[in-house]
Amino acid sequence: MGGEPRNDGSRARSGRFAALDAAAVNQDGFLREEHAAGLVTMSSPADPEPSLRVEDGVVVELDGRPAAEFDVIDEFLAAHGIDLAVAAEAMALEPVQIARMLVDINVPREEVVRIARGLTPAALARAVALLRPAETVLALTKMRARRTPSNQAHVTNRLDDPLLIAADAATAVAFGFRELETTVPVLGDAPCNALAMLVGSQVAAAGALTQCSIEESQELLLGLRGLTTYAETISLYGTEQVFVDGDDTPFSKAFLASAYASRGLKLRVTSGAGAEVLMGAAEGCSMLYLEARCVKLAWAIGAQGVQNGAIEGINIAGALPRGMAEAVAENLMVMMCGLESCSGNDTLMSQSDVRRTAHVMPIFLAGSDFLFSGFGSVTAYDNMFGPSNFNGDDLDDYLVLQRDWGVDGGLRPVDEPELLDLRRRAATAVRDVLHHLGLASFDDARIEAVVGAHGSKDLEDLDPQIVVDAAQGIVERPVTAVEVVAALAATGHAAEAERVMAMLHQRLLGTYLQTAAVLDEEMNVLSARTDPNDYRGPGTGYQLAPARQAEIDGIRQARTRADLLGEFGRPLAGVEFRERGEAQPAADPREVAIGVSPSFAAEINWTLSGQSVWEALRQILAGIEEEECVGRVIKVRHTIDVGLIGLTAARLSGSGIGVGLQAKGTVLIHRRDLPPLANLELLSVAPVITAEMYRTVGQNAARHVKGAPLKPLRNPYTEETIGARYHASTVGLVAIERAASRPGAAPVDLEVVR
Amino acid sequence: MTRAFSGRPLADVTVEAAVAGELRADDVRIHPDTLREQAEVAAAAGDERLAANLRRAAELTALGDDDLLRIYGALRPGRATEEELAAVRDELAERGATQCAALVEEAIASYRRRGLTR
Repeated sequence: MGGEPRNDGSRARSGRFAALDAAAVNQDGFLREEHAAGLVTMSSPADPEPSLRVEDGVVVELDGRPAAEFDVIDEFLAAHGIDLAVAAEAMALEPVQIARMLVDINVPREEVVRIARGLTPAALARAVALLRPAETVLALTKMRARRTPSNQAHVTNRLDDPLLIAADAATAVAFGFRELETTVPVLGDAPCNALAMLVGSQVAAAGALTQCSIEESQELLLGLRGLTTYAETISLYGTEQVFVDGDDTPFSKAFLASAYASRGLKLRVTSGAGAEVLMGAAEGCSMLYLEARCVKLAWAIGAQGVQNGAIEGINIAGALPRGMAEAVAENLMVMMCGLESCSGNDTLMSQSDVRRTAHVMPIFLAGSDFLFSGFGSVTAYDNMFGPSNFNGDDLDDYLVLQRDWGVDGGLRPVDEPELLDLRRRAATAVRDVLHHLGLASFDDARIEAVVGAHGSKDLEDLDPQIVVDAAQGIVERPVTAVEVVAALAATGHAAEAERVMAMLHQRLLGTYLQTAAVLDEEMNVLSARTDPNDYRGPGTGYQLAPARQAEIDGIRQARTRADLLGEFGRPLAGVEFRERGEAQPAADPREVAIGVSPSFAAEINWTLSGQSVWEALRQILAGIEEEECVGRVIKVRHTIDVGLIGLTAARLSGSGIGVGLQAKGTVLIHRRDLPPLANLELLSVAPVITAEMYRTVGQNAARHVKGAPLKPLRNPYTEETIGARYHASTVGLVAIERAASRPGAAPVDLEVVR
Repeated sequence: MTRAFSGRPLADVTVEAAVAGELRADDVRIHPDTLREQAEVAAAAGDERLAANLRRAAELTALGDDDLLRIYGALRPGRATEEELAAVRDELAERGATQCAALVEEAIASYRRRGLTR
């Protein structure tokens, strides 16, 4: 920390640096690049030069490696990962040519996909590494598979409380999420969570897809039972060592992908930077190159999509230079291969709100098939994946960001009473299903606690055995989605029964097995086939429909002028103001005139600080009186400008000193011989003016009359966002003043009647 | 008209049928023809890999849930001997899952070379 040692051995500290050290961002870890360990994001000396040699239709060299040296990943890629029909054409292109195709609006998405499928992993990585961040955003906009963006939520809790899972699933769908992912702190609970989420997901609207992320075989089993509708955590890795450590091979994963599809279940795979480094087997390669291998492998096994963008590894990528750029480059490679992108942003990557928000912005602005591969829709402590980059308590932030940028991030505002009703319906439905199937019993009090809960810490602890027993019952019986439908119908939850049945129909129709498929709330399949992204530059691609625009714009916090009028026009008690004819210049040399604005104590009765206009005025009058002067109140009607109001008062005042007071609370002292904008003292930040300060204004106005020394009066300093908090109100209040003002109308004396 | 694996028409897969206890597991399982149709849709859109996966899936509809879990387990690294994998390949071929059998055949060669058999 710099500086020469002092005599006592300590070093001088900069207060500026001490403050910087305490900043949230400095709780994050940062690393210098180390190529040998794979601690490098975009490119490493160990990354191979792109190469492809094909003899008699067989790949004999891939990215610098001859067939004899292929590992199991190379082998699978050589057999299935390169479209040999276009490989010669694609590999002949320079990386920069491919990079330019990505941002050239005259090159259609389909053409880039055609070329990318003929590239080797090293060639794919080289191309995307050339893009600047703004270019990546444009490329993401063009390249995602589905035109309509969507979003995915995590729905979990510490207790595996099935009622809370259901209520939170309903909540997530109400906010607009179309895929819900749960997992468990206790593995044995998984079937119960899956069932609760299946039911809860169909309460607010039809068609949300659900998954339960657990060990591969057990996850498949839940899918086979119909308790989940898709799978996502089918992990791929970029090196053979890590793949095998993960207890799979590309062949076992390819079989698993077909197994899911054979039961009509949607599947995407998961990969992302950092996994290989964390397992100590990155082979010195860059994260981007290793991920390019995963992406090509995902396409090779026939997966329809990929969850990447670093995922848990974002904390490793984020510690390194260009880590955020690498994460979105991963998403882009997925899109280039014509696959669905489920775009990360799902692990809290920084203690800093600034940094974690910056992380989501490229995908947020560009849109994606799923902007988050797990927005933590519950409160952070209940997220059993670990806190997400955005969590339930950030939902309003996210909704405001959508509105700020005019961007469809997949979510929508929710009405509080409506949400309580949905949560009650969801918790009740699951309670009834579990009871009907003889799996567990919960009382009404538990339902009510769940309905109002912020998270599981608001609930009494649940005997863990209850959930384990229910889960075991589901496995052993076995309970399938058909029994869930029957139980819902038998217990009076007809709408939910129909919707869960409709999800079973999707498994028979199979249309949602196509790339990037989601179901909208009318059960239409939106996919790369039915709703392809047709972005070709400004004016093309996904456009916000007017109704959707209105939904995004209509956040619950937005106010109309009528709302403001109601709030700031609340009646005053115990005081009246009466206009008493045109104000005349006065002769009393001890008089201070207080000019008030056109809507003062008429349309506007309350100031921005929360005090009444009468309280502000009363304090000023009392201050004048304390200094043995005389106050007089004048309603200025022709102007709303506080300077002109004060000057008008000063010119009518016997002393030549006037006070200008706007109804919103802004106040100044003026003198009759000064230009309008040159006042004596001004308190401009109305929201933070106290009663005591109004009194000091009165005292100082009188002291100006007497020529006495002034009391100190400063605009109160604050680091709070006064502007953001009050400007919306200020604009409304100014408009009300403007409407109340009458150009040419003379000032009138105002009598205060108590 | 879409039918379930059992042959039951989709229109007859209803809440009422569930309540009446008429629906069996195969009534809510996808039919191989449906998967082949979806494979054609994927191929027509230019995604031959997704199409191939859906064709393998169509073959796997002939297998029971336990078979799927067992074969998946055998393909995991170090789980099965080469002979056991060969038996899986033959079993798949016998049950008409020729493309899946070809995948296992590839795996056998790769696992042998990379030491991934038991």
